[in-house]
Amino acid sequence: MATTALPGRGYLEDDTPTVWSWVKAWLLTVDHKRIAILYLLSINFFFLLGGLAATVVRIELVTPQGDLLSSDLYNRAFTLHGIIMVFFFLIPVIPAVLGNFLVPLMIGARDLAFPRLNLLSWYLYMAGGIFALSAAVFGGVDTGWTFYTPFSSTYANSNVILTIAGAFIMGFSSIATGLNFIVTIHTMRAPGMTWFRLPLFIWASYATSLIIVLATPVVGITLLLLAIERLWGVGIFDPALGGDPVLFQHLFWFYSHPAVYIMILPGFGVISELIATFSRRRIFGYEFIAFSSMAIALLGFLVWGHHMFVSSQSVYAGLVFSFITMLVAIPSAIKVFNWTATLYKGSISYRTPMLYALGFIGLFVIGGLTGIFLGVVAIDIHVTDTYFVVAHFHYVMVGGTIMAYLGGLHFWWPKMTGRMYNEVWGGISALVIFVGFNMTFFPQFVLGYLGMPRRYHVYPQEFQVLHVLSSSGATVLAIGFIVPIIYLMFSLWKGKPAGNNPWEATGLEWQVSSPPPTHNFTRIPVVTSEAYAFPPEAAERDAASWRPGSPL
Amino acid sequence: MRDFPLFPQQASTFAGPIDTLYGVLVLLSLIFGGVLPFIILYLMVRYHRSQKADRANAPHGSIPLELTWTVIPLILVMGVFFWGAFLYIQMRTPPQRTLEIYVIGKQWMWHTQHPNGKRENNELHVPVGQPVKLIMTSQDVIHSFFIPAFRVKQDVVPGRYTTMWFEATQEGEFHLFCAEYCGTEHSLMGGRVVAMSLSDYERWLATPGEVILPDGSSGVVSVAPMAAMGDPMALVGGQLFSNLGCAGCHRDDGAGVGPSLVGLYGNQEKLADGSTILADENYLRESILNPGAKIVAGYANVMPSYDGQVSEDQLNQLIAYIKSLSDAGSSGN
Repeated sequence: MATTALPGRGYLEDDTPTVWSWVKAWLLTVDHKRIAILYLLSINFFFLLGGLAATVVRIELVTPQGDLLSSDLYNRAFTLHGIIMVFFFLIPVIPAVLGNFLVPLMIGARDLAFPRLNLLSWYLYMAGGIFALSAAVFGGVDTGWTFYTPFSSTYANSNVILTIAGAFIMGFSSIATGLNFIVTIHTMRAPGMTWFRLPLFIWASYATSLIIVLATPVVGITLLLLAIERLWGVGIFDPALGGDPVLFQHLFWFYSHPAVYIMILPGFGVISELIATFSRRRIFGYEFIAFSSMAIALLGFLVWGHHMFVSSQSVYAGLVFSFITMLVAIPSAIKVFNWTATLYKGSISYRTPMLYALGFIGLFVIGGLTGIFLGVVAIDIHVTDTYFVVAHFHYVMVGGTIMAYLGGLHFWWPKMTGRMYNEVWGGISALVIFVGFNMTFFPQFVLGYLGMPRRYHVYPQEFQVLHVLSSSGATVLAIGFIVPIIYLMFSLWKGKPAGNNPWEATGLEWQVSSPPPTHNFTRIPVVTSEAYAFPPEAAERDAASWRPGSPL
Repeated sequence: MRDFPLFPQQASTFAGPIDTLYGVLVLLSLIFGGVLPFIILYLMVRYHRSQKADRANAPHGSIPLELTWTVIPLILVMGVFFWGAFLYIQMRTPPQRTLEIYVIGKQWMWHTQHPNGKRENNELHVPVGQPVKLIMTSQDVIHSFFIPAFRVKQDVVPGRYTTMWFEATQEGEFHLFCAEYCGTEHSLMGGRVVAMSLSDYERWLATPGEVILPDGSSGVVSVAPMAAMGDPMALVGGQLFSNLGCAGCHRDDGAGVGPSLVGLYGNQEKLADGSTILADENYLRESILNPGAKIVAGYANVMPSYDGQVSEDQLNQLIAYIKSLSDAGSSGN
């Protein structure tokens, strides 16, 4: 337990005589950093599982016929991919791994406000995961991750209840984390750490937590109603029982659209940190980036209807949701412009985290722009429920969230483990992921506009070329994801010791040792400067000391 | 792999305008998404650590710049919004006189019925140059009727009618897909849309064909030329109307227990709670299946529910009959 460890000792060290006590020290830890590591391992496990399901889907789609899987198996594969990736990877990944590790360190606190609640959240996550996995083991579920009624409530004969129980429990894990962040950021900032001195990752985590706490209960209630209808035949969504099937979509997207921002906002936060550090410069337009996160959090609640333009929603509702969707594009654009302006007169280095950050901007711009296409109802009518949508949300979620997560993981890896990873392999993997990703998903925009519907097991011949292209890109992408696992693991034993601040970054987390001591700060720091206060002469010093052969 | 298209065929009046808007959006995206990477690349090289560039007085923010890159995108997206909204309203406003075809979706087939009673499975024959309105419902789960070449798509929802309209501009065969995931054979729930000249369409309508009816039985539906028979959907509906005993209360002269249905469709109906409602397909449907939901002013809640007693197919026929009693409802072709 954290309380038995010496405050000054690294959080990874133990004086546990037996294996059992070592296991206990990890599984009963209330140290936010150890919980982050527990999350890191379990969330990455789920990512690999979801990736496996995607691999099966992409292999099946190489030919127009259904030759590898039966249609039922195919439907179960894409449903498993969606449920695992959305609920057990994308939503928790940045808050639960990077957020858990960094929020207390960045604001100068010794832990989160409720350390035991934090541990509970990991157990809830695991419990939800076990439910969802057992659903897959006992025959799978074939509703798609969206669980549309009345298919899911009356017609599907797969493990719907087990799966939504998993998502339901996982929701409480999110709420616990969100609540913890909000209270921590409000009450536990170090002296002098005013709101406008907070690193932008904290602003983003704060906005995310607000969404989590406000939206997640809605999906919990919705899934509960679905279970009630499925188990006891109470008519809520099935018109044959007197219910309204479109009501389910309203409730579901009232959570699931903000959920997109739960995935991407923390990513914005990570990218702001990376760009500032590797340009060695205060972020351009700090207030605008901070407030655009809050604007996205607010507007994100008002656009759920854009998932339902062809669902029988009225013309007026369609117009209003379309209008607000256009507005939500603006704060995202503001962020991109401010990041670009930060490069101006910076002192830029091309280290792996920076490469991921630039990859993020590239992919997010495409994802964001195609979001405008989809927000225009007249075009949405043609491309909704086609591969255009599939490509769009992968650009935002994979191109956005995963690029940010990997960038952040590389950036804080030295802090978390005390070791440096291999920079050459890091650069290669960032490049391979960027190329593989575009090969996989760009052809899908074309497919979608041609009219190829999503969730199709067999498809007309004329779409094959693009599907083959997409599947071959997925192979490259898979390699790109496997390489970092290898060299990051390797670095744990062979990596160079990182030192406290290998990137010469400014945040409080870089002032403590790597890995940080159990209690983070032996003396709570007093903050006297703004975030990203790089000394003005740092850039000149860089240029003067740069020699051919220095790290790019 | 015979052909490798990048754009779908344009075969309806919507296809051209939507592709134009799409093209403009692609162009704007290329300007934005194509220029920005070069600015980033330039800055990355210019201000790389190894470069001895002038880094004095680096700005930390600029209100004019922030305003510029807020207002310009805002103007652009608003322009796109209004353009798209204009098109959208057109796509959701069918012309006065349309050819009305009823569509029933079920796991995993489409069933369509033309005004003269001719039925089809997984196919839809339509005339070129005529506005066609589809009145659609589902027997089980949510489906979505999608014709990429026409750029139209509409979810087909159980328990209510959804409508969509289009006007084909080109003869030929086009894909018909179900676009809303509906279970095991979702990807096989489709077929073709055949657009043909009006005279061919009328000839086709007059040929009898065997189809599987929505209740699973199969039958040959013999049809007579439309001109001779009027609207058989409405005729069959009229028979049902008297067989089910509707005519006893809903007397044409308005003297019955229930309100007269003459001239009802397409007009505003005054309800007992003082509100008014547009009598469209969904209102008629609700009033047959759940009569107590909306009571017409001046009448008592005495009508029994017909839920479970009429099939989706019969419901379509009843509604076709009720529509034929009103000027607004008689379909022209």
